[in-house]
Amino acid sequence: MSDTLLVSTRKGLFWVRRGGGRWDIDHVDFLGDNVTLTTTDPRDGRHYAALDHGHFGVKLHRWEDGRWDEMASPTYPPKPEGLEENDMWGRPIAWSTARIWALRAGGDDEPGVIWCGTLPGGLFRSSDNGESWEIVRSLWDHPKRRMWMGGGADLPGIHSILVDPRNSQRIWIAVSTGGIWFTENGGSDWVQRGEGMRADHVPPELTNDPIAQDVHCLAQCANAPERMWVQHHNGIFVSSDEGRTFTEITDVAPSTFGFPVVVHPRDPDTAWFVPGIKDELRIPHDGQLVVTRTRDGGRTFEKLTSGLPQKHAYDIVYRHGLDIDGSGDRLAFGSTTGGLWVSEDQGDTWENIANTLPPVYAVRFA
Amino acid sequence: MARVVFTPNIQRHVACPEAEAPGNTVREVLNGVFAGNPRAAAYVLDDQSALRKHMTIFVDGHMIRDRSGLTDPVGPASTIYIYQALSGG
Repeated sequence: MSDTLLVSTRKGLFWVRRGGGRWDIDHVDFLGDNVTLTTTDPRDGRHYAALDHGHFGVKLHRWEDGRWDEMASPTYPPKPEGLEENDMWGRPIAWSTARIWALRAGGDDEPGVIWCGTLPGGLFRSSDNGESWEIVRSLWDHPKRRMWMGGGADLPGIHSILVDPRNSQRIWIAVSTGGIWFTENGGSDWVQRGEGMRADHVPPELTNDPIAQDVHCLAQCANAPERMWVQHHNGIFVSSDEGRTFTEITDVAPSTFGFPVVVHPRDPDTAWFVPGIKDELRIPHDGQLVVTRTRDGGRTFEKLTSGLPQKHAYDIVYRHGLDIDGSGDRLAFGSTTGGLWVSEDQGDTWENIANTLPPVYAVRFA
Repeated sequence: MARVVFTPNIQRHVACPEAEAPGNTVREVLNGVFAGNPRAAAYVLDDQSALRKHMTIFVDGHMIRDRSGLTDPVGPASTIYIYQALSGG
């Protein structure tokens, strides 16, 4: 059970701790700077934080022995002379890290390995706890990688990385937009996964093409890795065969649009979402902030509201803004309007920690 | 030797004292400066060693034109200012 939250915001990294039975902000690091994501390596307790300084670029810091040190940032290889590679507006795609959008420790049998997903679509691997990075060429050079497109951002990006708890060579990534990709040999070869998802924002001939899917977030049950949940631009999808095929779930009140999803670490049928109205109306229904939860694999959903604002709430929760701890009982989420909530009973009730934080990009139990 | 002056705003993240280096182009001079301060290079240049999108460089009061090659000429008494571009907000 985790008593610490790392909350990444537009204006700093907030440490939130549980003490005396309640949660409170302990202190802030990188105050004033844009912190976009953190991860904690469960194997050694080190924390990693991604910063985007705008003018000065994307940086990565590592917390060890009570302090942050700047590490090397993932750096793209030289772009070959004369290579034409343009975004959907015809502008050249810079081979340069535009955002760190996914950070994930490797398997227990690979100490030191960290995976990093970025915009414009490069996956990087570190084998020395973030001291240095290498782009995964097999994926970057995959001919279909050039079919990835921007989703919410102008450039495509890797936002979800799953490492199979049974075999750390087996890895899934999800791309907005580019669907789900899988390797069973540590990244040497990649295949597309994700049949059954549906994209409404592309021409009919592409609607069911796995590469056209705008997966917003991909989550996997730790104790039943064959079960995966997807919050997609067009709704909620669930897979029981390691992401090969998905089934759409449509009967969810108030809606199936959103960004994050988490799944209970031991119960693959229990998952949580934070809905907005729909893609072109990214606010909660009727000004009421709710979390939706299924306990039966998606057949039915509950709308959880206790402790959440039910009048004039316009909070949206980004894809990394919701987390669940290892116990499966504690959840936390932060919103675009600076709200932060924690639940200790699987979402039945929520404690409000703050309402005036900077926009929250990511919430992670440490 | 050209003189290179960095925006004060960068100093909060990485120390970039005023420096001097030889060279006939912006690239040559910056290579000399960054050789002694490699971390600073990543704050000014992107992964392809082009000038970051929201940075700008002036040579003797003129904004450089070649943001990727940094081939703009530099004289022995030139002063190079590395600033943030207002395009970034």
